[in-house]
Amino acid sequence: MSAVFSPRAVLVVRLAVLAVLGLAVATVMLFVWRARAYEQLGEPIAQPIPFSHKHHVGDDGIDCRFCHTTVETQAHAGLPSTAICLGCHSQLFRDQALLAQLHQSAATGQPVAWQRVHVLPDFVYFNHSVHVAKGVACVECHGRVDQMPLEWRAWPLQMQWCLDCHRNPTTHLRPASQEFAMDAPLPDPVEAGALARAAHLESRRRMTDCSTCHR
Amino acid sequence: MTQPPIPEAGARLERVIEVQRGAGVNRRQVLAAMAASMALANTACSPPPRLQAHPYVNLPEGGAGGQPMYYASAFVRDGFAHGVLVGSQEGRPIKIEGNPAHPSSLGATDIYAQASVLQLWDPDRSSVVRQRLAREGDARVAPQIASSTWSAFEAAWLECADALADPHGSATLRILTGPMTSPTERALLQTLLARGPRARWHVHAPLSDAAAADGAWMAFGRHVAQVAHFDRAQCVLALAADPFSDGPGAVRHAMDWSSARTAVRDGIAGARAPVLFAAEATPGLFGARADHRVALSPARIEGLLWRVAAHWMPELTPADVGLADPAAAAFESRLLAALREAGSSALVIGGAGLSAEAHALVLALNQRLGAIGRTLTLIEPPDAAPGAGTLADLVDALKAGTVDTLLVLGANPAYDAPAVFDMPHALQRAKLLVHAGLHVDETARLADWHLPLSHAYEQWGDARAHDGTATLLQPAITPLYDTRSAAELLALLAADPLRDGHALVQRQWRTGREADFEAFWRKSLRAGVVADSAAPPLEVQTARLPARLALPAESPSATLTALFVPDAATHGGAFANNGWLQELPRPFTKITWDNAALVSPATASRLGMSTGDVVRLQAGMRTLDVPVFVQAQQADDLLTLPLGGGRRHAGRVGDRVGFDASVLRPASAMTLAVTLQKTGRRHEFAVTQHEIDQHARELLRTVSVGTALAPEPKRDQLYPPFASPVHAWAMAIDLDACIGCNACTIACQAENNIPVVGKSQVAKGRAMHWIRVDRHDLEEIDNSGFQPVPCMHCEQAPCELVCPVGATVHDSEGLNVQVYNRCVGTRFCSNNCPYKVRRFNFLQYSDETTETLKAQRNPDVTVRERGVMEKCTYCVQRVARARQHAEREGRPLVDGDVVTACQSACPTRAIHFGDLNDTGSDVVHARTSPRHYAMLAELDTKPRTTYLARIKPDA
Repeated sequence: MSAVFSPRAVLVVRLAVLAVLGLAVATVMLFVWRARAYEQLGEPIAQPIPFSHKHHVGDDGIDCRFCHTTVETQAHAGLPSTAICLGCHSQLFRDQALLAQLHQSAATGQPVAWQRVHVLPDFVYFNHSVHVAKGVACVECHGRVDQMPLEWRAWPLQMQWCLDCHRNPTTHLRPASQEFAMDAPLPDPVEAGALARAAHLESRRRMTDCSTCHR
Repeated sequence: MTQPPIPEAGARLERVIEVQRGAGVNRRQVLAAMAASMALANTACSPPPRLQAHPYVNLPEGGAGGQPMYYASAFVRDGFAHGVLVGSQEGRPIKIEGNPAHPSSLGATDIYAQASVLQLWDPDRSSVVRQRLAREGDARVAPQIASSTWSAFEAAWLECADALADPHGSATLRILTGPMTSPTERALLQTLLARGPRARWHVHAPLSDAAAADGAWMAFGRHVAQVAHFDRAQCVLALAADPFSDGPGAVRHAMDWSSARTAVRDGIAGARAPVLFAAEATPGLFGARADHRVALSPARIEGLLWRVAAHWMPELTPADVGLADPAAAAFESRLLAALREAGSSALVIGGAGLSAEAHALVLALNQRLGAIGRTLTLIEPPDAAPGAGTLADLVDALKAGTVDTLLVLGANPAYDAPAVFDMPHALQRAKLLVHAGLHVDETARLADWHLPLSHAYEQWGDARAHDGTATLLQPAITPLYDTRSAAELLALLAADPLRDGHALVQRQWRTGREADFEAFWRKSLRAGVVADSAAPPLEVQTARLPARLALPAESPSATLTALFVPDAATHGGAFANNGWLQELPRPFTKITWDNAALVSPATASRLGMSTGDVVRLQAGMRTLDVPVFVQAQQADDLLTLPLGGGRRHAGRVGDRVGFDASVLRPASAMTLAVTLQKTGRRHEFAVTQHEIDQHARELLRTVSVGTALAPEPKRDQLYPPFASPVHAWAMAIDLDACIGCNACTIACQAENNIPVVGKSQVAKGRAMHWIRVDRHDLEEIDNSGFQPVPCMHCEQAPCELVCPVGATVHDSEGLNVQVYNRCVGTRFCSNNCPYKVRRFNFLQYSDETTETLKAQRNPDVTVRERGVMEKCTYCVQRVARARQHAEREGRPLVDGDVVTACQSACPTRAIHFGDLNDTGSDVVHARTSPRHYAMLAELDTKPRTTYLARIKPDA
């Protein structure tokens, strides 16, 4: 009996199936690339005033809380107001061109428009103060800012990454005295266990509940 | 920022489209079009825009936001203060809580205080001074209104102020205000009146009962205000009154009554709860909770009062009491027994619809019983206006042409005055009409100058509560627009050297307190009340008894009596532009976005009417077409006409909603004989609850005093029990306390960014309230019962099983959680919910464009888009906030840390919320009650929201 389909038809069908599969793979790769591109891990982000954490934290040793004033009390860590910057820079480097926008902001009452580096989607209700209260150090999520001349995102901040810690927080805690230090090492397992117990962490089940982070 | 589309791809696509419109296409062109469209689509899919952050230039002293800040102030309604805490987040007032220190509420709120925050952010609020450049009928030029400025107004005012002040001139000034209790405003008003020898003050209180004031005058020779003490009463009789809804003390009455009942149930020694008797014409919240209730027309209620009073006042002229109603006989005998037993612990309250003689008799009866000074305190009315004229006096002066300047301050007579005055024409007779108000309303449209006033939450001011206690108003936000407070306006008009509200209020309160004024000021602002400022009790003479019963002649069967009442949600029209209140289902009819003429079933069948028929009412020469709603428990041959509909210039929300009952309203009475004629037209109501009958489903259960409910039979369980090891949130709602006021519904709407959907969507059953108050007819008590229904947060939730995408899950604390970003909108969860508590966003209901409405939203709660399901979350944002606060402090949560919005607003504290794992918590205690049950428990959903059955009154 002769073949139902001609060799040409078979070839066309094979090519079509391959094309669909290829398209699916390409689509997945495209979306992954798009998501990754949004994260821009390790890529410094240009700012209106090229603020250097490396200089202020690394060289000058300024504590995080000096500028990010509400990190221990509120959900948002808070970007420093123009008045906080001018606390020093009304005296230091007063006439530098780099700081002209700062003085302009104080004069006009318009805030400085910083480009955000660590952005979470609106449906994530992240609370800094609880993390700080439990012993999560700044460097845990924001990386070694004292080595960043311009801020970049050190970690993806995706839900999967957050859950990695929420499922096993003990290994990510530090004593309260070392939360704001840049180079404090992680404590050994025994001390970490003690810290976790002292912090009265919620159960793993609670920490992975949807309602913990989403409302 | 998106990249610009690739020009070549777009141009290529356009060329292909053009060709396709032409002769025909070939394969090559189709492939080119596909490739071009893909390239175009790709360019539109740019990465999300980089977000910016704008920190403060100078950090405000109170902090950068995040936590709500509460300012103690007051919401002023009809001149009286209702003490509130204005919750501000990020500098914007978004939620109102009651002030626990305030005597009018003791921490609870009514629907108006809750909805007042939306009134602050109303996009239709007046924002600029408006000047009319030419009047209607001015032959030379068409009438036009232009935006102006305060300084222009002040210049214009100064021109005529001299003429007004001239003692030898003839220019007259009339000032028309609403009821005014503010000491600062009253003092400034007196200053203004003193400057003009021919100036006069008129007070227009559209919803107050003139007959009550006349009755007090008849009895005592002076005006009095009545402060009722439900906590000291053993027997309360309400005659055509609803003390749980009417007046500035309504919330306090409900709270005192409920506290007394709770004390009795808890077995506290010496606790007594009042027995409530209601003789009412139209169903009210008090009557629904009354132990004994009878529905009578106002005339028959007066007859009842006369007969009852005769037992304590033998000198009372026997009236023609041939109006004895058989239904009232049993009621009357029980009432007499209760009043005799209560003696001086009795309390009689008269309401609108009674004649002045009846009000006088009520006061006399209270005095005879010994209630005055015990359950009833008489005080100087906080809104007393000695020497002030009435609206009728003003209209006479206007029509006589003797008014040169008329200033209307915080009143809207062009809308809410009885039509018999013909206010629009009367107002135009004034040579200069100045209107000051929150909205560009009907009166503002006729005015030569319209001045925008500040909202209560934007101004420094003061006001008095129902018992005279003063509250200092402090602003929670700087005025949104270029507005002035009423005090600042009066200071401007009186050429006061001080113009700033803060300075004016301080000056008012500084007199007599110079020594320690700063301490007094700070203390009063912080507490929200001025200590010891309640009005002292008045000494009154022995009440003069009215001569005879003043009843209208028995009306022929063709006429009905119309009773004018303020609408249960728009309150006489003042809140007509408030979307939350328009959409609030009225307690008894469950009507939204409308008002209706209520008739009893017997009258409706006698006249051959049914719900939805439009009838024409006629009184004299005036007619009004109204839709009819058949309401059980309404008195026969009585039509209730709610005032507050039919507004013409309320704003985008309130215009032309309902009918304007003031067309028929008489000059000062609240009742009127009308004739009725069917028109054959029909009217569709948007009702949220269609079935009032429970159909034996035992949703709302009742028990007799002292008995327990039968326990639920044990059922075999397929699933393991749900474990909430740390916190187990639960809610117990006491149906014996709920009065059906709907404060919980509005509080939830404010807290959770719940959208307003409009009349046509409500008619389709798409109202978005997360907690609704159902009304059921309870045959066993022959009365209505109210049942608030939030999400049950079932431990075996039927909704969680059927969601195909896992958008509704159970968290470890027992909350049924709705994850908006996973929801695809199959609505299977709502389908499976036996309680129907889930609400779906069928359309884009949340307004995402109007800036001021966006400002009101709670930043801790997601604003839902079209296509997602939402429902009560047990205020998970409040649970989270309390937990975060406790975690920061390093302590566990305790009972009382988490208070849901509905729980906080409830005037009778019917809602108990807390942690089941906390054995000492309020909700655990509530659940030990023998009245405890779960709704539809036979479905074995194991709801965390449970109820306490309502107690039937003693037979």
